Amino acid sequence: MTTFARTAFSSKMSNTMHIIGNSFKPAAPVALKQGSPAVPRTNATLQKQGMFLTGKVSTAVSLIGPASVRYAHSDVTVPDFNDYRPKNVSNTAITNFREKEEQRKKDTKTFNYAITAGAWIGGVYFAKNTVELFIKSMSASADVLALASIEVPLADVPEGKSVTFKWRGKPLFIRHRTAEEIATEEAVNLAELRDPQHDNVRVQRSEFLIVVGICTHLGCVPIADSGDFGGYYCPCHGSHYDASGRIRKGPAPLNLEVPEYSFPSEGIVKVG
Amino acid sequence: MMLRKNPLINLFIGSFYRLPAPININYLWNGGSLIGTFMVIQVLTGLFLSMHYCGNTLMAFYSVNHIMRDVSGGWIMRYIHANGASFFLAFIFMHIGRNLYYKTYYRKGAWMVGIVLLILSMLTAFLGYVLPWGQMSFWGATVITNFVTAIPVWGETIVNWLWGGFSVDNPTLNRFYTFHFLFPFLIIALSIVHLFFIHQTGSSNPLGNFSDNMKLDFWPYYGVKDILGMFLSLFFFLLLVGFSPDYFGDAENFLKANPMVTPVHIKPEWYFLFAYAILRCIPNKKLGVLALVFSIVVFFFFIFSKKKVLPSLGYRLVFWIWAMNFIMLTWLGGCPVKDIFIFMAQISSFIYFFFLFLLMVI
Repeated sequence: MTTFARTAFSSKMSNTMHIIGNSFKPAAPVALKQGSPAVPRTNATLQKQGMFLTGKVSTAVSLIGPASVRYAHSDVTVPDFNDYRPKNVSNTAITNFREKEEQRKKDTKTFNYAITAGAWIGGVYFAKNTVELFIKSMSASADVLALASIEVPLADVPEGKSVTFKWRGKPLFIRHRTAEEIATEEAVNLAELRDPQHDNVRVQRSEFLIVVGICTHLGCVPIADSGDFGGYYCPCHGSHYDASGRIRKGPAPLNLEVPEYSFPSEGIVKVG
Repeated sequence: MMLRKNPLINLFIGSFYRLPAPININYLWNGGSLIGTFMVIQVLTGLFLSMHYCGNTLMAFYSVNHIMRDVSGGWIMRYIHANGASFFLAFIFMHIGRNLYYKTYYRKGAWMVGIVLLILSMLTAFLGYVLPWGQMSFWGATVITNFVTAIPVWGETIVNWLWGGFSVDNPTLNRFYTFHFLFPFLIIALSIVHLFFIHQTGSSNPLGNFSDNMKLDFWPYYGVKDILGMFLSLFFFLLLVGFSPDYFGDAENFLKANPMVTPVHIKPEWYFLFAYAILRCIPNKKLGVLALVFSIVVFFFFIFSKKKVLPSLGYRLVFWIWAMNFIMLTWLGGCPVKDIFIFMAQISSFIYFFFLFLLMVI
């Protein structure tokens, strides 16, 4: 099926038309002539030239043939857009264009900068919050935070015994010390200690020693009631801790860590 | 432009910054960049979700609960990931629709890689849907893996191999997690191949004609247009995530998977419903599965259609009827199994295949 279009413009028009159909080889060559420069072809004058009155366009389109018909419009001039231009722009001669553009950019500078600043502020806010969302998602979740502190009934620790509890995934030693142990630890000469700390700064109540059960050497869990100093002994590399959790012998550099704890009510210790 | 000696920078400039793009492409050409945007969103959220998810049947359901309730920002990442999949596939459908409408399947390489990408995306979405291990996850996995039993002789053996056992269970979930993590990288690699094919000729344009003499630099024109498209789609996306995040979800998935009890109204996510309707309306098992597979595979045959000509009026008529029928088929896939819906689905399925055939020959 072929598609054709015929334009029957009056002899007032001096340009011929070239129909571009759906064929892959070019049709008859286009013959273009310059329009007469003496007759301005704007929207106002086209009707006077009779384009609408005498022009006749017809097309025949089939259902499965090509759907678009294209004309080579070599006679249409650009309409006058002055009514639609912004106030500081006009279509004066091209020699002024660069200056006009420079001026226009200066005039709209404030607005453009304001919009740009707003966009940057919004964008940075959005970006910062997005990054924060992802990074925060990797931090401790609510169930982990919920177990960040534990409450232990002190009655669970008989006198003379050291009991191990799980706190933040780590072992926690709560030792109910006897009077003898307390006296011994308080009498220790600080000059002998690798990590000098008096017993009374390591306990809030002398009867209860509360320390994190992780050897400060390389992280093993010491064994309670063993070692040469009546406290703890780490089997991994032979560190000995006393009944105040202080390092006395072996490679560990520091005393067993004392966590943050308090006694919210009688008989209860809250750790963490 | 300064002459760049670095081949990587040259590649970037030639493929993006100074890529010649036709002057007249419309918003339907935003599809590719939107799919890419959601790909990035899915990979990022998926990565962070995988830090908290546990791929074992004992823990999976509870780990998703943990993400929703305990993990900081977990709830929004999960909803973004779940709804992001819907948007990802929606844009893929629109993208394929645009290419079908404008007949760009003449570009065989890009078209075929594109259909492979469609299949991979649908597979990835299916695998991801299984991971929460809810009722719909489990039974969806059971139904879809059971398609394999339609293969004669070896069907049963293959499906047991796929399951890693005698039914969908822990081994299945484990390997689905592995594949769900892996496939997106395959998709990204194939997307680059897809772009490579497209950049051989450059983008097509709505008029369908040769456009080498009317090109613009991609940046800033289409770069900024793409960014606008991203803003618009992200706006609607975040509206959905913020105000109605369970809209596309199924209530059954709030229940932990129970291998003993199948839900009464079982159906897949919306992007599979058209294929599900086609499957269900055929009373024969093997033919039903064949039709379901063929509903996607049929797109490969477009490379054999006649030489590219501009879409005619008839072509566009057929296309739009097919598109409306596609929506009808999607709706029918979500309907319960009643005679009237089965009958309508049979008509719709016939129209689906027949009209695609028409599109190939018109």
